[in-house]
Amino acid sequence: MTRAAIIGNIQRGLKRGKLPPDQQAMLRARLAAHPRHLIPARGQLDRGGRIALFVEYLEREFGTAARLGSLEDVPTAITTYLAAQNLAPSLVASPHPDLQKIPFAATPLLNVRFGTSTPAEPVSLTHAFAGIAETGTLMLPSGPTRPTSNNLLPDNAIVVLPADRIVASFEDAFDLLRADPKTKAAREKFMPRNVMLVTGPSRSADIEQTLELGAHGPRRLHVLIIDGES
Amino acid sequence: MLETSTAFKVNATGAMADAGLQKALARAKPQFAKKRSAAVDKLPEFEALREEAKNIKNHTIQNLDFYLETYAASVEKSGGTVHWCSTAEDARQAVLKICKNANAKTVTKGKSMVTEEIALNDFLEANGVTPVETDLGEYILQLRHEPPSHIIGPAFHLNREDWEDTFRKSHLDLPLDRVFNERRDILTEARLLLREKFIAADVGITGANFLIAETGSSVIVTNEGNGDLTQTLPRVHVVVTSIDKVIPTIEDTLSLLRVLARSATGQDMSVYTTFSTGGARPGDPDGPAEYHVVLLDNGRSGMVGTDFQDMLRCIKCAACMNHCPVYGAVGGHAYGSTYPGPMGAVLTPMLVGIENAGHLPNASTFCGKCESVCPVKIPLPNLMRHWREREFERHLQPQTMRYGLAFWAFFAKRPAIYRIATRAAALALGLAGRKRGSFTRLPLAGGWTDSRDFPAPEGDTFFARYAAAQKAKQ
Repeated sequence: MTRAAIIGNIQRGLKRGKLPPDQQAMLRARLAAHPRHLIPARGQLDRGGRIALFVEYLEREFGTAARLGSLEDVPTAITTYLAAQNLAPSLVASPHPDLQKIPFAATPLLNVRFGTSTPAEPVSLTHAFAGIAETGTLMLPSGPTRPTSNNLLPDNAIVVLPADRIVASFEDAFDLLRADPKTKAAREKFMPRNVMLVTGPSRSADIEQTLELGAHGPRRLHVLIIDGES
Repeated sequence: MLETSTAFKVNATGAMADAGLQKALARAKPQFAKKRSAAVDKLPEFEALREEAKNIKNHTIQNLDFYLETYAASVEKSGGTVHWCSTAEDARQAVLKICKNANAKTVTKGKSMVTEEIALNDFLEANGVTPVETDLGEYILQLRHEPPSHIIGPAFHLNREDWEDTFRKSHLDLPLDRVFNERRDILTEARLLLREKFIAADVGITGANFLIAETGSSVIVTNEGNGDLTQTLPRVHVVVTSIDKVIPTIEDTLSLLRVLARSATGQDMSVYTTFSTGGARPGDPDGPAEYHVVLLDNGRSGMVGTDFQDMLRCIKCAACMNHCPVYGAVGGHAYGSTYPGPMGAVLTPMLVGIENAGHLPNASTFCGKCESVCPVKIPLPNLMRHWREREFERHLQPQTMRYGLAFWAFFAKRPAIYRIATRAAALALGLAGRKRGSFTRLPLAGGWTDSRDFPAPEGDTFFARYAAAQKAKQ
């Protein structure tokens, strides 16, 4: 009843009844085509340019990055990073197939647990679905192999991002997401429960408009860009 | 919140005399403008993006009924529930019912102006559910029992001393003599205390910056990550939002996001821009089991097709108040409304009636800065003018003001008499003030001369001089 009243009120304001079928069809076609609008030129670069711009903006927003040749370099990169931050060599990793391929056994001093983070765990390792050069943003969708908690609860977030997945614009990243489900039926409901676009570590400027890092999400965000085939 | 817009004049006088507030305003004012213009300068397409943002919102409003129905259908398809609410009371009841069904003792809250608009916290508390604000600014305001003074920086009227003082008085489990060496220490204390609340909460309430018809998603934008924890950890996620937030597609939303953060904080993107679509899916290791949208109208549908329709484009970035000389002088609380500044001056009379908020559309110098920075090009001064006209038509202004306007209108409509009268006045004032060059007091101009001198006119009126100059040219 309330719904009908609100919709009726809007239609009275627009001085028409329900939209005629042909106009509804036009709007449905627009939804189905979901056309892009103007996309800023600054991200429209070749692969090398996109990676460089992504890193530039990530660092401007107080994130850090390391370029690695392959997933095999990840354990050493992590132990080096954690030691430099004075952190214990222990982390919770999302159960993503790419992360499970990492040869952690070679670095027995690094304690790795695959699963969903608890509030007590200080370091997480997650897998980014895409990187967006335009603003240095990570796309982190949820799913069985990507718990949202791992993006949020630990103080230190380490993210694996294949270099080939660094795209120019937000639109490009969402196109990858739209095409990700394997079947046509699944693609109808392509949106995961949660899609986070993350640009740098958590912060607040609520105290005297002065930026402080480490509000409720991670205090540090470190991205491992993997140059090899994704 | 309690609307005290009728007391704007008294509030404003108090605000001008409030040393702490003036200190906060002096600090914040130049920063807002500087950050926005730096971000805008770095994006050559910004002006074109503003035009597009305006067009996307206009297209949506022209078909708002269709997109709302589509949005609701998409939410249901993704396993969520939409609760349509005409009034603030409907929305409060809908939220309470969801909380009761979840046996909720505490709810965490992300920042949401719509929950401020419906005064949700007081209502939940009165009904046995404890709300916990988790945005740092909203958190301290809840401790201080104060309303927000800004739509994106709710506690920007506070200084560091206020933070330390409030935390010492409120967090009694911690040693009283602890030292806050840096702002970071204040932040860390809040982070640790709120972590426990996030984990204990049964329901998480967030607002929404956008609702996407295509997918049924709600989008929130934060820097702290509090909104994300609020909507990830509890078993139930409730989105409290309003009908003007709906947008057709993801691509439309992305275009609006490009102008939102740049206009608001001068960031290219806020740290967390998160799309939520329904509750947890099979196989998801975390996320809420239930997803509800409390969709509020509260007068907005009545703006469609009126002089105020353009206001529905607002994406709540706060650029208008950040650049407003009136807001910059008195801060947000003086407006006595959930929504202060130029956007609040247009929206508040719509929500509470012009008879209760007539001062707000008058609290403007019509300098036009708000319109020039609005990312969706809302003609804010024009809309305020519409409210002034309605106020006049309904005889809501004081008699003296009406007489004054009628008196002025008599002359303004008769140019010949107007010129003679102003010329006589200018000559008389010039003669009377010849010695000092200014007046410290003038009849009927106390509002001016109380705080500054009125300069004595030198020579003739503009009209007379202009006419003389034109004659000389020939």
